[in-house]
Amino acid sequence: MPEILERRTIIHSTLHTSAPIQEPEMVEPRRLHTEEMVLNVGPQHPSTHGVLRLEVILDGELVVDVIPHIGYLHRCFEKHAEHMTYPQVIPYVDRMDYIAAMSGEHGYVTAVERMMNIEVPEKVEYIRVLFAELQRIASHSIAIGTYGLDAGAFTPFLYLFRDRETILEMFEKTCGARFLYNYMWIGGLSHDLHPDVLPMCREFVKQSRATHKEINNLLTFNHIFMERTAGIGVLDPQVAINGGASGPMLRACGVKWDVRKNDPYSIYDRFDFDVAVGSSEYATLGDSFNRHWVRMQEWEQSLNIIEQILEQYPINDTTDVQSAIPKRIKPDGEIYSRTETPRGELGFYIVGKGDVKPWRVKPRSPAFSNLSLLPLISRGYLIADLIVILGSIDIVLGEIDR
Amino acid sequence: MGFLDNLDKTGEGSVLVTSVDTLFNWARLSSLWQMSFGLACCAIEMMSTAASHYDMMRFGVIPRPSPRQSDVIIISGTVTLKMATRIKMLYEQMADPKYVISMGNCSNCGGPYWEYGYHVLRGVDRIIPVDVYVPGCPPRPEALLEGLMRLQEKVREQGKAVDLEV
Ligand code: SF4
Repeated sequence: MPEILERRTIIHSTLHTSAPIQEPEMVEPRRLHTEEMVLNVGPQHPSTHGVLRLEVILDGELVVDVIPHIGYLHRCFEKHAEHMTYPQVIPYVDRMDYIAAMSGEHGYVTAVERMMNIEVPEKVEYIRVLFAELQRIASHSIAIGTYGLDAGAFTPFLYLFRDRETILEMFEKTCGARFLYNYMWIGGLSHDLHPDVLPMCREFVKQSRATHKEINNLLTFNHIFMERTAGIGVLDPQVAINGGASGPMLRACGVKWDVRKNDPYSIYDRFDFDVAVGSSEYATLGDSFNRHWVRMQEWEQSLNIIEQILEQYPINDTTDVQSAIPKRIKPDGEIYSRTETPRGELGFYIVGKGDVKPWRVKPRSPAFSNLSLLPLISRGYLIADLIVILGSIDIVLGEIDR
Repeated sequence: MGFLDNLDKTGEGSVLVTSVDTLFNWARLSSLWQMSFGLACCAIEMMSTAASHYDMMRFGVIPRPSPRQSDVIIISGTVTLKMATRIKMLYEQMADPKYVISMGNCSNCGGPYWEYGYHVLRGVDRIIPVDVYVPGCPPRPEALLEGLMRLQEKVREQGKAVDLEV
């Protein structure tokens, strides 16, 4: 069989995994001379989720290879970190993963606090976890909404952005910023929780559960959407682990790994929640559909955590949220600390030399490792599937390029 | 054609007298098609502006994926040196009349990356002409809408004085 037909058979078999593999109907295989073509996708392209450039090598419509080119948003994070004091780095951490700024902050302040052995008041921890989980929902809303856009569904995007505004409103009431917050400080928070937030949160949980159901009906189990995503971009669990994948990308392969459970930080050990993993019930394990499905389940789990926080929150606790903030922040030594952001395992390696400025801050970006697996999972699929695969990884270029 | 024929028949039609410039400007400002092009964090606020809550489409702003079909480019975010040449090329590909909104401190002047950002362009106005600057990091959606309305004002007045230059 000529090479091209072989590849087509591979596609055929991956598309219809459940059906018995049939030989594609063949007219006499003509030995057509096919030439490979190089196609540039991005950096200005609506489906690259930012300024990513993909150099795609095509054989007809089949993807032979993909080479991601990054660096269009390199904003010199490490250079800035060397020049700023520890608290001044926080706004730059916000701007790294700008879709989930609270989660990024949480990772950075946890790292510095562990370095300096700071005990954070319980109330502060509750507020932090509450906001980190709200941020996870907001981030997954964008991921799911834009994934729908990639697959051709416009309406879920509008519904999800409507709900996201409620979350942003809660953040804004508390710290004054809608989007990039500089809210979590080393040892504390910039402001106490706004009194309106808890009632709003209760309302929000109800509303969000309804939206979750609606999105499942509208998008997840939509026949067209499932056809587009199921069995596309299958990632093997072993490859995922070796490639350093984390977050929904890893969990979609069925690997139960979540830093919140496996290496608990903050007060995550107090809450009862499941680690969402992909299932082979609806589609192949580790495919694009499962990555989306894991995000949908995580959304629900975040709501569970928020409900528990609302029950446990120490309302009568009048501790000043800034009381544990140290006067002098001059840590010595080095640390690697990791947290679970919506995109996966965000780590910070910090070296301090007893100065007000860190000597080195090196983030380990989950989206970068996840993106590096793109060529492996998109070879042999159609070009239209490449867009779906890329969307399912949920990259943020600010974090990849830093 | 049809319009004038109707006038003759009914005798009730009304006639609008205006200058060509005003008519063209009115048409232009009411359908500023925007090139959908996100750069950095500000792009997410631009998405919020376009989504259900703020609904940019009521100003006639429709995102288009190609520079050939768009009238306004919103530079939404940090312009790095690697990206700068691409932005210039995209701007040059747009058909006249074309407008530029610089959204956010980064594209206004380099923003938080002004001092140590060795890979950040300190203001997009160094490579392409900017019509409206929207400050903020990121600007609120309301601020972006205000910027759009300012641009509409600018378009409304454009070319009003007799402009004999070709
Ligand atoms: S102005 Fe602020 S929010 Fe906008 S791109 Fe620059 S850093 Fe991001």
